[in-house]
Amino acid sequence: MSNATTLYEQQKAAVTRVPLVANRRNAPWITQNISSIVEGGTPIWWWIAISFTSTLALIGLCCIVYQISTGVGVWGENHPVGWAWDITNFVFWIGIGHAGTLISAILFLTRQRWRTSINRASEAMTLFAVICAGIFPGIHVGRIWMAWFLAPVPTSNAIWPNFRSPLLWDVFAVGTYFTVSVLFWYVGMVPDLATLRDRAKSKVAQYLYGFFALGWRGANRHWRHYEMAYLILAGISTPLVLSVHSVVSFDFATSILPGWHATIFPPYFVAGAIFGGFAMVLTILLPARIFYPQLKDVITPQHIDKMCKIILLTGSIVGYAYAMEFFIAWYSANPGEIWVFLRNRVADPFICERLLGIPRAPYWWAYWSMISCNVIAPQVFWWKKNRYNLWVVFLIVNLVNAGMWFERFVIIVTSLHRDFLPSSWGMFHPSWVERFTFFGTFGIFLTLFLLFMRFLPMVAMSEVKIVLPESDPHHAPEPPAETASATEEVHH
Amino acid sequence: MAEYRKLYGMAAEFSSAAELYHAAEKIRDAGFRRWDVHSPFPIHGMDQAMGLGKSWLSGPVFIGGLVGLLTAVALEFIPSSFLYPMIVHGKPTDFMTVPAFFPIMFELTVLFTAFTTVAALCFFTWLPKWYHPLFNWDRFAQVTDNGFFLVIEARDPKFSEARTRRLMEEIGGAHISLVHD
Repeated sequence: MSNATTLYEQQKAAVTRVPLVANRRNAPWITQNISSIVEGGTPIWWWIAISFTSTLALIGLCCIVYQISTGVGVWGENHPVGWAWDITNFVFWIGIGHAGTLISAILFLTRQRWRTSINRASEAMTLFAVICAGIFPGIHVGRIWMAWFLAPVPTSNAIWPNFRSPLLWDVFAVGTYFTVSVLFWYVGMVPDLATLRDRAKSKVAQYLYGFFALGWRGANRHWRHYEMAYLILAGISTPLVLSVHSVVSFDFATSILPGWHATIFPPYFVAGAIFGGFAMVLTILLPARIFYPQLKDVITPQHIDKMCKIILLTGSIVGYAYAMEFFIAWYSANPGEIWVFLRNRVADPFICERLLGIPRAPYWWAYWSMISCNVIAPQVFWWKKNRYNLWVVFLIVNLVNAGMWFERFVIIVTSLHRDFLPSSWGMFHPSWVERFTFFGTFGIFLTLFLLFMRFLPMVAMSEVKIVLPESDPHHAPEPPAETASATEEVHH
Repeated sequence: MAEYRKLYGMAAEFSSAAELYHAAEKIRDAGFRRWDVHSPFPIHGMDQAMGLGKSWLSGPVFIGGLVGLLTAVALEFIPSSFLYPMIVHGKPTDFMTVPAFFPIMFELTVLFTAFTTVAALCFFTWLPKWYHPLFNWDRFAQVTDNGFFLVIEARDPKFSEARTRRLMEEIGGAHISLVHD
């Protein structure tokens, strides 16, 4: 064919969307190729991966047992830094969960149809991340067998919790978040469990998938209630996910400590959570696409492009929040605020110390790692070429993962380590126990994800089928092959 | 053995979502009451094609959310006002400090709403129900893959084996079969 195209064709190409499922795959292809991840033999790489991750998880669990049986003194926390890696890790993990809920709830309400191929895996990540997050507040109380004091139950000593404390709000927020996420994830999975039930060869698989599929038979008299239930769950999960990280930020913002006492915290934390969560989604899904090449047709470069754009947007919101925190610290004319931001965080050895004569902040490296990873690095996503280069994407999202951990470390530790009384200043040094507890949570997270991949449908098959053009009841029969690609999706 | 079992209904298979949609419109117009379509995914507009209205799942869910809110109000104010009054930051429990109780009210509202949604879904769809006559039909396993089915129950007043079969043939159904309990 010649290069000359008519104006009509050019205009048509401009308004035609790229199909969400690549290579014109149809419904049986989706069923076959997504189910085969579960049904096929266990690949060697899976055994290698899970032996590493479960070893790591076991090391983490041993550290937790050691910490519980000995006491929180085995961690490096001491005056003046009484909160450090424990709460850093808690906020880090809980934030990662937020991308899953954003994809499953907010993108559903805004009718972003590209969410369908990534929502299941992201929701699973939400659950596993919240499990990892829940470990830290649980064990940092020291005497973990007293943790039930958090529950508002009548006891013989007649003590009730303080319902006006952000720490109790956290208990309710995180507990509700986990429960609702489990329900949303499971309800969404029922039709796909029915698919696995109908395809299962072994009795055990038939029984187990059949049990959890609840006898689902795709009836439209069920689908209409099911869709309403899904809409309601999405509708309540949207304010829920915004509330959870807002409440987490209240743990800091309602205190009077400079560096924590900031009204910008709730939106800043929520944006950061979505930012870090999307980075983790891509960190997991990019390798998954390599190990299961069929995923490349449902998680297309278009999906990765869109996630990169969200990372760019939320990363820039986070950058704005960093700048605004700093501005308000100066504008407040409060010496404590200015001290924390300038002398505990920003002052670097090169410009501030050499040129301006401001002594370097002890944690300047943490602050500038955070800025480099979270604000500067994602700016490469302004260029389309970078969003479509998976090596660049993988590098940047891992920088973001590290940067978001540093953000929480900076907020918590730099605000605490040099307070109002210079005689009590000190640095924070993590002990080996808390290092390995943190590494162990990665083991727990990845082990759970590997198990999920192996035993449950990691792509929402019934939802991906909806975005196929032929699923529209008003879809016209297939046009001749030449014009096929151009007319696709025109109906939507 | 099949003829000794109770007749559940007559089922037909269609080749696409569009065909099933148009078939449903015709069954609706023919005046059937006890029938359903089965598909691997929800078909857009099928509720209208079947003559079904809006799902009122939201009704019980609203009540559930309200119960959650009231539970939180009781859970927070009874201990804080009567059983164990605390003055925190110099602030007693009174009208001025109510906003500090809002987060837990919100969370419990959401939690109860979610539970009621799932419970109402189970009630409205009568699931879990692990046995159903349709599972006896071997073609029906396609419903979770790429199969589109229309089923008219034998207890529908307009059901008759011969006429219903003819109707299903007219609207383009394939593999028309009787399904027994």
